[in-house]
Amino acid sequence: MTSAVQIASEVRSGQCTARSVTEAALSEVAASDGALHAFLHVDADGALAAADRVDAMVERGEDPGPLAGVPVALKDNLCTRGVPTTAASRILEGWEPPYTATVVDRLGTAGAIAIGKTNLDEFAMGSSTENSAFGPTRNPHDHTRVPGGSSGGSAAAVAAGMVALGLGSDTGGSIRQPAALCGVVGVKPTYGAVSRYGLIAFASSLDQIGPIARTVADAALCLEVIAGHDPMDSTSLREPAPSLTASLADGVDGRTVGLVRELVDGAAPDVVGRVRDAAEALERAGARVIELSVPELRLGLSAYYLIAPAEASSNLARYDGVRYGLRVPADDITAMNVATRTAGFGDEVKRRIMLGTYALSAGYYDAYYGRAQRVRTLMIRAFAAAYEQADLLLGATAPTTAFELGAKTTDPMAMYLSDVFTIPSNLSGEVAVTVPFGAGDDGLPIGVQVLGPARSEPRVFAAAAVLESGAPQ
Amino acid sequence: MTALSRDDVAHVAALARLSLSDEELDRYTGQLQAVLDHAADLEAFDLEGTPATAHPFADRNVVREDTPVACLDRDEVLACAPDEEDHRFSVPRIIGEAP
Amino acid sequence: MTLPNDYEMVVGLEVHTELRTATKLFCGCPNSFGEEPNTSICPVCLGLPGSLPVLNSHAVELAMAIGAALGCEIRPSSFHRKNYFYPDMPKDYQISQYDEPINVNGALELPDGSTVRIERAHIEEDTGKTTHLGESGRIHGADRSLVDYNRAGVPLVEIVSAPDITSAAQARAYAAELRSILVATGASDGRMEEGSMRVDANVSVRRVGDATLGTRCEIKNLNSLRSVQRAVEHEAIRQVALVTDGGRVVQETRHWDEGASKTVTMRSKEEAYDYRYFPEPDLLPLAPDDEWRDRVIASLPVLPAVRRVALLELLDEPTPSQRDQVLSVVELGLDGYVTTAVARGVAGALALARVANELAALENATSLDPDKVAGLLSMEQAGELPATQAKAVLAQLAAHGGDPKEIAAAMGFERLDDSALTQLVDGLIAAHPDEWGRYAEGDDKLAQFFVGQVMKLTKGQADGKAVIAELSRRR
Ligand SMILES: [Mg+2]
Ligand SMILES: [Zn+2]
Repeated sequence: MTSAVQIASEVRSGQCTARSVTEAALSEVAASDGALHAFLHVDADGALAAADRVDAMVERGEDPGPLAGVPVALKDNLCTRGVPTTAASRILEGWEPPYTATVVDRLGTAGAIAIGKTNLDEFAMGSSTENSAFGPTRNPHDHTRVPGGSSGGSAAAVAAGMVALGLGSDTGGSIRQPAALCGVVGVKPTYGAVSRYGLIAFASSLDQIGPIARTVADAALCLEVIAGHDPMDSTSLREPAPSLTASLADGVDGRTVGLVRELVDGAAPDVVGRVRDAAEALERAGARVIELSVPELRLGLSAYYLIAPAEASSNLARYDGVRYGLRVPADDITAMNVATRTAGFGDEVKRRIMLGTYALSAGYYDAYYGRAQRVRTLMIRAFAAAYEQADLLLGATAPTTAFELGAKTTDPMAMYLSDVFTIPSNLSGEVAVTVPFGAGDDGLPIGVQVLGPARSEPRVFAAAAVLESGAPQ
Repeated sequence: MTALSRDDVAHVAALARLSLSDEELDRYTGQLQAVLDHAADLEAFDLEGTPATAHPFADRNVVREDTPVACLDRDEVLACAPDEEDHRFSVPRIIGEAP
Repeated sequence: MTLPNDYEMVVGLEVHTELRTATKLFCGCPNSFGEEPNTSICPVCLGLPGSLPVLNSHAVELAMAIGAALGCEIRPSSFHRKNYFYPDMPKDYQISQYDEPINVNGALELPDGSTVRIERAHIEEDTGKTTHLGESGRIHGADRSLVDYNRAGVPLVEIVSAPDITSAAQARAYAAELRSILVATGASDGRMEEGSMRVDANVSVRRVGDATLGTRCEIKNLNSLRSVQRAVEHEAIRQVALVTDGGRVVQETRHWDEGASKTVTMRSKEEAYDYRYFPEPDLLPLAPDDEWRDRVIASLPVLPAVRRVALLELLDEPTPSQRDQVLSVVELGLDGYVTTAVARGVAGALALARVANELAALENATSLDPDKVAGLLSMEQAGELPATQAKAVLAQLAAHGGDPKEIAAAMGFERLDDSALTQLVDGLIAAHPDEWGRYAEGDDKLAQFFVGQVMKLTKGQADGKAVIAELSRRR
């Protein structure tokens, strides 16, 4: 499939119709999704109706929007009115929200065509999409491997060419890690750059929606559409979102890039090799690369696995069988709550709810949640200090290439370690983009991560574009 | 950090309205302990005088005007309800008053 | 029944008041009472997955107004989540203010001069309404319950007093004074029977002189000033009886049964609560700047205490009953009628009496035009209308409006001219020589006899004072 940029320009200029692009996407899904299981729900009728509206606008000479006719995949934790939204959980099976997420509205207004809802680890809790209540998604590059997670469905759908763009959510790396494992571009924008209204919450102070795309330019175009203040989200940034496509060609000449030891240590040798190659690519483009150490980043994993579950334990309390979703009948309310939640939540979700409940419970708050939040402050200060020395930071996205299905399902701690390089940017709320940069010894894709301070998306995208063009073919 | 007991996990499960089999209790106790053990590294850093961060960015006073907007359609909402009776959500017997 | 005098009660009140905003605390749903069930709901107040709260600025201003009226320090604050499962709470947590409330350290001076300290007055959201179905219609013995979320997310301010209250009467006075302040500031309609102001009382007893507090019980949801006083009284007596019988008070939540005039224990949950408070990540800190705070303080109305003083100053030597009248007139917000009338030359005592007795008794008292009422009272004061007729005109004024003079005329309340009165009195003296004789010899009691006769003949149109003047002129 061609890029989002090209599809949009062809549809806008009438060279091709949104309907033809949509039909092509739908048949691609029909052809390959049986094997991949990237989608939990395909909304063919809705997609074709939206495509016809775009084509009608083109015929009337109206502006159909910057993403006219571009097929997109929506992670199934984004609410879509009248379209099933499950967060890959039994507890929401069959739920059709009475409202639509802000990002989905903005994509629609921009002319994008929502093809369907993609698979994820239940409530976005996981790094392999194996925690989906509806079965795993497979990596398009090797069907015996995981696509990463939790946005594995969107990453696989984009990588397999079923859609041009996917939306994911990133709480600890859930956009970047699957993008890296599937060989596509993934963006975790500045916290607050994209409205969370309508995103089924996992950890509210860490969750951020972002694009998954095959090119940096496509990701930039998508982020320009979904970013910007939303009065429905109190944590949404108030200043207007910066233009990204305009600065894609800015390059890195004269930039200082910090190669961060803590963002490569512990990664597999082939991954480390690719990160060093990426550093050289940036140097060739005129950047000065320095080696940095930010010891506080080592604390990210521990702080994250206390803060995120704590917020999740509260965010997931509402799934009690009273107002929507699953109810397992019982003869009093408490028994009904317990029966419903016990049957409706999967193993990992229960584990994190209990971990978070413990971290907040009387007598343990200060030792766990309280301490983790203070460590979060250290992390933010450490990043600030690093950005005194460097304009951008560079590191690995994931420690390894895509692993085998089932390889880590019995050892949660091993699974959690897949996010060790991505978690720090969620704790600091800053920008991070993963760009495919060659393959590992097993021939599977490797992604490298470019990090920048809050609101530095234009700078980070410019560097990502340099890496994209300098990537080994 | 503190050692997690099977009873702690059982208590936490009750707070979270989950019921666990004995096998699950044992398994979760070990798995949660592993996470807490890993979290011991947080004690390595001196946090004296370091404030907690609840939000990545410290903005303030985000408020809206007191002007009404359209509500949801009741039928659309109640269509999602597991059990409904004369336009209200029906739940089984409630034990105990609200705290 | 009263407390044995070697015991004293220690009482603190927690008052929840709904704020009179147009919309709910965190969403744009109308904040209105008595709508069709589940019609005032949206993704936010229904706690739908993915929805987010946005704070209502007017609710913040009303909370600040309450704090200012209670002499609180208005401070930078933040919101926390109070986590517990209950079906009337859509998110299964309540967004409330925890360790950083917006108002702290205030005080409320009561009409009797005593002062009750206010510990805090913080912002939080209300829950939905639950109806219990089954034989009893109460929570016990119900087989199922129905939930209406129209009230979920309605803004509340919770006002927590220090345990400074030492009698049931003082508890009532505190609640009454607080209510008139809430009404005066426009923060609340103060309607306890509709639940827009709800009182919980923490009651404990101890031997007079004991330094340590006794074990307290909390009585929940007292929905009238009367129940506040009676519940506190009965609970204190129950506790004293318990300890004097060698028993001990168990800390628990109790219910006030108005019918049975006693508090009963609430069946509380098996599990102990652990609210797991933590900072609400979906809301940012609330730290009103001086400009915002000062604007709210500047727009505060004159408070009841000041208005009472103003009324008392209109009376030369207020009697105890007049003091009570001043209290209730201000509590009912009718003091404006008195001051307007006095400004028009009506005597303070007359104005207060009519407003406290007649006007206050009217359904639509506050809807009357103060100038019209003042006009009527000055007619009475000038003797153009006797009391009975003035009252009748007031009733007409309330029922149909109009001008008091015209109403009086329409009702045939023409003042009798003096010559007519003279003729009447002549006639009566002739008709009742014995009575006149005894009166003439100084038996004043008979004046009333003649007044009665005149009233009978004039169908009450005569002015009693004028009749007596006429009689004594002839004696
Ligand atoms: Mg409260
Ligand atoms: Zn609402």
